[in-house]
Amino acid sequence: MSREMTKAAQPSAAARGGAPERAAADGAEPRLVFGRAWDYAPAPEAADHVTIAPRYDLFIGGAWRAPRSGKYFDTINPATESKLSEVAEANAADVDDAVRAARAAYESTWSKMKASERAKYIFRIARAIQEKARELAIVESMDGGKPIKESRDVDVPLAAAHFFYHAGWADKLDYAFHGRTARPLGVAGQIIPWNFPLLMAAWKIAPALACGNTVVLKPAETTPLSALLLARIIEEAELPPGVVNIVTGAGETGAALAAHPGVDKVAFTGSTEIGKRIQKALAGTKKRLTLELGGKAANIVFADAPIDQAVEGIVGGIYFNQGHVCCAGSRLLVEESVHDVIVRKLKDRVATLRVGDPLDKNTDVGAINSKMQLDKIKQLVDAGAAEGAERYSAPCALPEKGYWFPPTFFTGASQSSRIAREEIFGPVLTVLTFRTPDEALEKANNTMYGLSAGIWTDKGAKIFWMAERLKAGVVWGNTYNKFDPSSPFGGYKESGFGREGGRQGLSAYVELDG
Amino acid sequence: MTVAPHSPNDLARAGGAAAAPPRASFLPLFLTPPPPVDAVAVEERVAALAKRSIKKQAKVAGLRLAVAMMDLTTLEGKDTPGKVRALCNKALRPLEGDPSIGPCAAICVYPNHVSTARRALEGSGVKVASVATAFPSGQSPLAVKLDDVRRAVDFGADEIDMVIDRGAMLAGDYGKVFDEIAKTKEACGAAHLKVILETGELGSYDVVRKASEIGIAAGGDFIKTSTGKVQPAATPAVTLVMLEAIRDHYYATGRKIGMKPAGGVRTAKQSLHYLVLVKETLGDAWLTPDLFRFGASALLNDVLMQLEKERTGNYQAAEDFSKD
Amino acid sequence: MTVRTKTKDDDVILSAALAGAEPARLRVNKAYKMFVGGAFVRSESGRYFQVTSAEGGADPDVVNLPRGSRKDARDAVLAAKNAWGGWAGKTAYNRGQILYRLAEVMESRRPELTASLERGGESPADAAVEVDAAIDRAVFYAGFCDKFHALVASSNPVAGPHFGFSVPEPMGVVAIAAPARPALLGLVSTVLPVIAGGNVAVAIASERDPRTAVVFCECLATSDLPGGVVNVLTGQAAEIAPPLARHREVVGIDAWTADDALRAALERDGSESVKRVKTHAPLAPAAWLDDRVGQGIGWIERFLETKTIWHPVGI
Repeated sequence: MSREMTKAAQPSAAARGGAPERAAADGAEPRLVFGRAWDYAPAPEAADHVTIAPRYDLFIGGAWRAPRSGKYFDTINPATESKLSEVAEANAADVDDAVRAARAAYESTWSKMKASERAKYIFRIARAIQEKARELAIVESMDGGKPIKESRDVDVPLAAAHFFYHAGWADKLDYAFHGRTARPLGVAGQIIPWNFPLLMAAWKIAPALACGNTVVLKPAETTPLSALLLARIIEEAELPPGVVNIVTGAGETGAALAAHPGVDKVAFTGSTEIGKRIQKALAGTKKRLTLELGGKAANIVFADAPIDQAVEGIVGGIYFNQGHVCCAGSRLLVEESVHDVIVRKLKDRVATLRVGDPLDKNTDVGAINSKMQLDKIKQLVDAGAAEGAERYSAPCALPEKGYWFPPTFFTGASQSSRIAREEIFGPVLTVLTFRTPDEALEKANNTMYGLSAGIWTDKGAKIFWMAERLKAGVVWGNTYNKFDPSSPFGGYKESGFGREGGRQGLSAYVELDG
Repeated sequence: MTVAPHSPNDLARAGGAAAAPPRASFLPLFLTPPPPVDAVAVEERVAALAKRSIKKQAKVAGLRLAVAMMDLTTLEGKDTPGKVRALCNKALRPLEGDPSIGPCAAICVYPNHVSTARRALEGSGVKVASVATAFPSGQSPLAVKLDDVRRAVDFGADEIDMVIDRGAMLAGDYGKVFDEIAKTKEACGAAHLKVILETGELGSYDVVRKASEIGIAAGGDFIKTSTGKVQPAATPAVTLVMLEAIRDHYYATGRKIGMKPAGGVRTAKQSLHYLVLVKETLGDAWLTPDLFRFGASALLNDVLMQLEKERTGNYQAAEDFSKD
Repeated sequence: MTVRTKTKDDDVILSAALAGAEPARLRVNKAYKMFVGGAFVRSESGRYFQVTSAEGGADPDVVNLPRGSRKDARDAVLAAKNAWGGWAGKTAYNRGQILYRLAEVMESRRPELTASLERGGESPADAAVEVDAAIDRAVFYAGFCDKFHALVASSNPVAGPHFGFSVPEPMGVVAIAAPARPALLGLVSTVLPVIAGGNVAVAIASERDPRTAVVFCECLATSDLPGGVVNVLTGQAAEIAPPLARHREVVGIDAWTADDALRAALERDGSESVKRVKTHAPLAPAAWLDDRVGQGIGWIERFLETKTIWHPVGI
């Protein structure tokens, strides 16, 4: 490759004073080639300083203990299909132990503790996440499949930031609710998904603790490891035993937790289907509930948008984290007059996305989290093609082992297509057109989901006009997938209810008078 | 893909892609105005691309390419023939221990040193680029600026690096900016023209984009960021905006325009970052000195140090590399 | 043995040698200086004043401190002004991180801070309580940097097709005359909310115990706080405060001096440039320790400006 490069690099003597060849004399269409001139070499993240234990137990009452059933299940690396570790399968009795431990800690210690002291514990957790940041990022990428670039630069720093942010609220709740008195709820049962394992743990645990509650958290079955490393951090921060408990397991463990009578508040992030089930199960109980469910967000691009940056926003909106994002911009609504140029730019842009080893620092798109998810994606993509939409997939070589799907988009889809209505939760974008702002609005809102939306235009008034009318809990103007602990996040309609982050996010974890 | 019409004369010709560079024409420029540019998003994109990790053989290949793309530059009031000759030697053989490295693409000097450079580089493929048009300010009458160009060409310059009239640009007198570039191109004759936008004075990416389109439409073969005399000089963000203008122009006309960041590219790491920008915006075809150059001086030694480090495995000392 | 002039220490060494004991090691005395632009400096006037220790220990019985002049005040304001853009330009999260780091450093210097307060005349028990409170107050404000916006900003439901919102902004350079007592907690309680809001500060240390202020400055200097964000002058408030009150770059004043006449004078001086002047009669130390009195959103809010922005909503 070096030799080829040197050859290409010699300025041709014949070219002295002349211009490089312009358009091909035969009038062929201009085409950019994103090929193999100057390939990047593999750039693996050094992972030799990280140890994953062969087995993890449950973290209950400040101690590690074996599951009552003695059962463990494997957690694998979706990029290689190799086993990383085995984790405990918590059954109803384990869940019961955890809830009791949380209750005891709440009654005896946490609810009695001065708020500013509680804050200092949470600050300790934040600090330790920063100190162990690299290790957490590597484990997160290995367990879930996301690129190291993302776990290192997004997931882990945001997780630390969530703890930092919420630590500061612990002794300021008197300010947060306009004169109303806030009291903690008690024990929070929290169930989180596999797409941002550590970050979702932070989003749940930090506000719960800040408001004076204790926690039992159930991580997703395919991604338990980062939560278990977090448990170690919590242990090292010397949090009183039982304030945070981690019970690993699958759907049944989560159901047991949500249903447990000792839990005062349930927080769930995951699919709309399971969210509805949980909401139904809680009917008739006094339990408080927040749900953060699925989405089918519209990313709306007007002709007067900063076009090249809009293309970045589209790409980031759907291919970030392999599209395993509830608020992913999975529908591109593009003004018809710029449809062709946007599609052309999208094709060029998608050609430079690097799909591969999550631990390679140059990887843009990692592995699909599980075989099950990969099958779901394939099924819907096949449906899309069958419905007559035109599929374009990035021309990339995919590894032999592991679960992979190339970044893909469909043009020529209709509003009624399955790929325009159902959440795919993968790196698949559906492109639709509109002619007027009213039409964009109508199409964007024509869904049972309502989590997020993007608006791309150079006209400020139009951003506010659209934002006012979009039925979505988070609206991004000339940007996408931006998160901050101070910024409340959550959905309308079947994307769930309740907000996480910001002052507003605290309400879910307190009882308010008046 | 149809080619955007240029002048009425071009319209009169049969359609299809132009085989020769079309005559410069101003009007169509603003029939399709340049798109707005969002600064925050541009800077985010550039920061994301800065994370590309270029290691081992890719690093060596990239650094060698960077050497081949260098316009080794000296533009100082105190330049002498001796200084210029030394720089030419450096361009011909950057690292005495390794003849396979280099030569650089060009030497860039003031018009008074073109002859010296020409003689020193005789028989090699290294080009002589001359700044002209009352570089760096451009604040002289057009007649003087054009004379500056003609003389530099007469002295033997293969390439002319001109400056646009930034005052006219900021005052909105785009016709004047366009006109001066077009006339400069004519004065260049066979020499190839780089149009320096002086992005550090333009104030926003929107204006950089507009100036890029004017520079290209008026006949520039390359658009270049800076004179190197004003801070900030080249930045990755401004470079990306210019590369995007080049890309859109290529799709509209089939013409490939070159790009040159100048000033502010001091380290090997930065140069690789720029190559990443080119590769991921314009693709393979632009990864050649015919279409991409670095305007630099200190950069060369840092690149050589990095190449040595890759070869030996050890971090290098600055004093081991000749300072010309 | 060479012959030289006898000194007091020679007696100590000699007695110790005669007693057969190891001679006591000679202490390196700390030079106490003002803190301006991130550096420890003497007064440009070269003047000093002296403070005595309540008991011995880590300082000699008498310590020299710079007696700050109006030119020192001018230099401090310049340093603060130069630091403001960078400080206000950081994210609120980053400011919070820096204040938390300050708390970490103060915690690690707890023994020195406590000993300093004791030398300044506090009882060991009071000193310990004061230091704990000062550290916890730093943690309190660290956690407020990125939150008060949610409490003081607003979305304004204006009657018309406009999006109206009001956001808080820092003002700039705020001058502070810290209370005489409590020397550490008083300085921490007045300075931290000002900078948590994104402002920069020029503070005059307690005249009664300026040394503890200097130890606190050593904490500031090692806490990632950019130089110039907090500047602390030692000397007489009556001499330094009025030029600050008349300085046109200073936009706010927070004066805790016991001197009624001085407070009135600062109010008059401040009026010439429409400064935001807040003067206070001294508070009892117990009040400073009370979390409902000595800290809170009001302490941040009073040195914030409100900016209201309108934008049409339409296509």
